[in-house]
Formats: sequence, structure tokens, C-alpha cells
Amino acid sequence: MKALVAVKRVVDYNATILVKADGSGIDTNNLKFSINPFDEVAVEEAVRLKEAGMVSEIVVVSIGPAQAQDTLRNALAMGGDRAILVTVDGDVEPLAVAKLLRAVVESEKPDLVILGKQAIDGDCNQTGQMLAALLGWPQGTFASALAFKDGELNVIREIDSGNETVSLQLPAVITADLRLNTPRYVSLPNIMKAKKKPLATTTPATLGVDVAARQRVLKVEPPAKRKAGIKVGSVAELVAKLKNEAKVI
Amino acid sequence: MAHVLVIAEHDGAGLQAASLCTISASFQLAKAQGGEVHVLVAGGSARQAAEAAAKIDGVAKVLLAEGDSYAHGLAEPLAALVAEIGGGYGAILSPATSFGKNLSPRIAALLDVGQLSDIIGIVSADTFIRPIYAGNAVATVQSSDCVKMVTVRATAFEPAKADGGHAVIEAVSAAVPDARSRFIDQQLSKSLRPELTAARVVVAGGRGIGSAENFKTLIEALADKLGAAVGATRAAVDAGFTANELQIGQTGKIIAPELYIAAGVSGAIQHVAGIKDSKVIVAINKDEEALIFQVADYGLVADINQALPELCAELSK
Repeated sequence: MKALVAVKRVVDYNATILVKADGSGIDTNNLKFSINPFDEVAVEEAVRLKEAGMVSEIVVVSIGPAQAQDTLRNALAMGGDRAILVTVDGDVEPLAVAKLLRAVVESEKPDLVILGKQAIDGDCNQTGQMLAALLGWPQGTFASALAFKDGELNVIREIDSGNETVSLQLPAVITADLRLNTPRYVSLPNIMKAKKKPLATTTPATLGVDVAARQRVLKVEPPAKRKAGIKVGSVAELVAKLKNEAKVI
Repeated sequence: MAHVLVIAEHDGAGLQAASLCTISASFQLAKAQGGEVHVLVAGGSARQAAEAAAKIDGVAKVLLAEGDSYAHGLAEPLAALVAEIGGGYGAILSPATSFGKNLSPRIAALLDVGQLSDIIGIVSADTFIRPIYAGNAVATVQSSDCVKMVTVRATAFEPAKADGGHAVIEAVSAAVPDARSRFIDQQLSKSLRPELTAARVVVAGGRGIGSAENFKTLIEALADKLGAAVGATRAAVDAGFTANELQIGQTGKIIAPELYIAAGVSGAIQHVAGIKDSKVIVAINKDEEALIFQVADYGLVADINQALPELCAELSK
């Protein structure tokens, strides 16, 4: 069984986000970039499936600027076998990403596609569902556990009221939630080995996909700031404030 | 003129609170687009929920789709249904719940339109406000797609009034695609406490709580004292202190209660993203440098092992 994993290069989850003064977007100068944390979970899951003998080959795909090669090398160091970079500069909307991934899926023919459930920059949570729709495949979103049973894939999904189990026929699209696994640290020898693994590049034009924007960001602003509060000295004072000042209890 | 379609999340008997907030957002958008609001209620047996939707003041029409394939809210048959009946609408709105997040992008792709996720404001018929980067920035985005596909953050809109309306109920159906996904079961949390996203008061614990046992004896005890819902940070859930559906934050639940009490919570931006619209925030943490104090209205630097029982006792006075 072949697995394809999609990864995105995003501003590191620990970075401090500053909005540009002219309201045109986020100032990403000098910010650290990393693999989207949910996508790292997706890669880890594919590697574990390979280690368990369920998956024979892992292809990792990214859509982004040339620097996304680093993101792909990271995924290869975790255990991916080869990588494909669809080179695009600037933002690509989830629908266009899903169309690019569909084109890659059609040539690679994986049995399973795993993605993170959302990227922590745009917070869209759309690409996996869109890809499943375009392919006509079933989807197991927000997955916290996978198990193969009688040729089908059982997916435990995290939902608002608890957990849900669905059974999917392959091929299928899975989107990873954080508790699907804990990604491994990559070792130095594996980082060195990853440098020798194949990494192919292609473009939207080669794949025949129109990535023109459908949405225009008119402005980006910092969120409304909460006004600084006060420190109280004791539990009794806290309760008095909540009762008499805030009047919430 | 274009009508607006809301995809309702329901439990068979009535609509979920998040659906009422989504309907309220749809009224704003329908006004901007100059059309009516229609509500789709789909389920195994959903007439009662459809009747509840028809009573909402301002809803013009309820579309009722009944069938076994819609019984468990699976995205595959529902998306096929909405793609078939929804193409003529000016906008299709779903609540940004696990139901809506799973379903809406699948519909968008079938209609070949983009989606705007988790909107917190409507500027005009085609322009919306939504948080990005875990709420560290707010973007105003204009969509050029013929159908505006939108998921709505419930806490940003007041719930629609559940009575006073007399909408017509119209049955709809669509070809059901070959089932390649099957519902197996759900493991739902059983709790007598208020639902996290709808509660007036929320008490949440972080990594500082230390253990599942402490989570029970400290956090849950205080919540019960206040009639509050219980929440948790990702760190507390990952450590196994409590269940995943209680996670609050960027990728968990977004809450905006009257009172939010964070105990042993460090205040990572991903968590703060989910609570910063709370009316009053209280933080109790022994680390006076904890980031949570930067967003708290009332901060108490104290050991939670003593402060929380003391707080329970003080509230009993």
C-alpha cells in the first residue's frame, strides 16, 4: 500500500506574530518556519504504518516556495521515501491546493492520503475535505486513531461531543488531529540520509492546475487587545471582586 | 437577489445552539444579499428538528431531507445532497463545529468554490472577517465566488430567536452516492454539566493541575460549585488528565462565557485564542510570569492545590 502525505511550511507555532503596519498582512521577515504541526503528525502516522508493514512507500508532497524543500527534507528524515515539491510563490488557497494534490494523486495513485487537519497560519481546515471531494473518496477527518479491519480503515474521529468511529473503503483521505500520535525527533544520521532521498519539483502549469485566487485579503489587523487586569492578593479578595465589581457570580 | 442556505446541525429533536447562531449570521448576510434564509435539516428522521427550525422568526423556508444515509451526519452523502440543491444559493453557511468543519469544505469543492472558515463578522454580501494565526491577526476577506461558502464561529453571533416564525417545510432529496464510508459508533461524553461552548461559567485546568485525580478534585469540584462547564488546555488533555472534547483553543473549542477561570494554565497563544472573548477572565497560577496573567482581568498568584479548595469554601459562605 502506498501512502501520500501533504505537508505545509508555516510560521513556527512558537513565533510571535506581528501584523504589518500597512495592514497588508503578517510580517514574516526573520520569523522561523517549520513543518505545520498537524502535518508532522500526518507524516509520523504514515511512517508508523510503514514500520507496521501496512505501507510500502511514503511520498511526501508540499506546495510552496523553494524553501519548502527544507520542510520536505524534514519529512524525509522522519521516514518518508521520496518527495515532490509543487513550486508556487505566495499564498495558495485551499481549493487550489486540493486541485494540485488531486493532480499528484492521479499520477502517484496512492491508497491513502494523510494530511494535517489544518494549517496553523490560515486556520482554514479545508484542504483534506476538498481533496476527498475532488477525488470522490471517503474522508476521515480529525483522526485520533487508525486501524485496518477486514480491508477497510477504521478511523476514530475527535468530534465536539466525544469520539466517533467511521469505517472507510480505500482509497481514502485522512486528516490528522494532534492526538493521533507524538511525532519522533529526527536523528542526525536520518537527516544526513534524507539529503540523498529523491526530491522532484514540478509546477502548477505542468500539472495543468489554475491556482488563481478566488479571495482577496482587503486588510489584516491585530486583534482587539484585552485591557490589562489586576492581581488580587487572596481568594477572599477574588471572590469579593467577582461578586461586587464584575458581578459575574 | 440571492437566497442564503444554512445547514443546520441538530439532534433529531431540535437545532444545536451553534446552528441558531449560524442562522442569526445568515440573517445579516441575507439582508446584504437581498434574499431569504432557508434552512436545510437532514437526518435519518428529522421532521421534529425541521419543525423547530420552521418556528425560528425570520426563516422563510425549511428544506427537509430524510434518509438512512443522512442519519449520522456523514459528510459524503450530505455534501452530495447540498451540492445538488445548493448551487443556486448566494451563500451556504454552516456552524464551525466538528460537524460543519467536516462537511462544508467538501461541499465547496463539489461546487468548485472556495470557503471562508470560522467567520466572526460580515462586512457586506461578499466580504467577511475571520481570525488567522490562532487569532493573533484578523483578516477581512472578499470572495469572488458565485456561492459564498462560509462556516460561522458561534460565539461571534447571538443565537436567533427560536420562536415566532412560521416557515414552510419542503421535502428535498438527491441521488445518494455509493456509500464508501460507514458510521460505526460514537463514544459520547456523559456529563450533567453545561455544554462547554454554551456555558455561562467555565472552569479550565492546564498542565499545572498535575494529574487526572487533581483534575477531578480541584477543577471539577469548583465547576460543580459554580454550576460551570469544565474545560482544559491541550497540555492537560495530552497528559491524560481529561477527555479530548474538553480542549479549548485554536484547534479545540472556542468559548466566550461570562466568566472563565483558568487554573494551572500557562496561557499559550493557542489556548488564549479560544478564550479571549470571555467577558471576565480569572487566572490562578503559582508562576507570576505566566502569560495567562496578561489576558486576565483578575490574577491570583497562588498554588492551585490550596487556592481552589479555598475558593470552593469561600463560595459556600
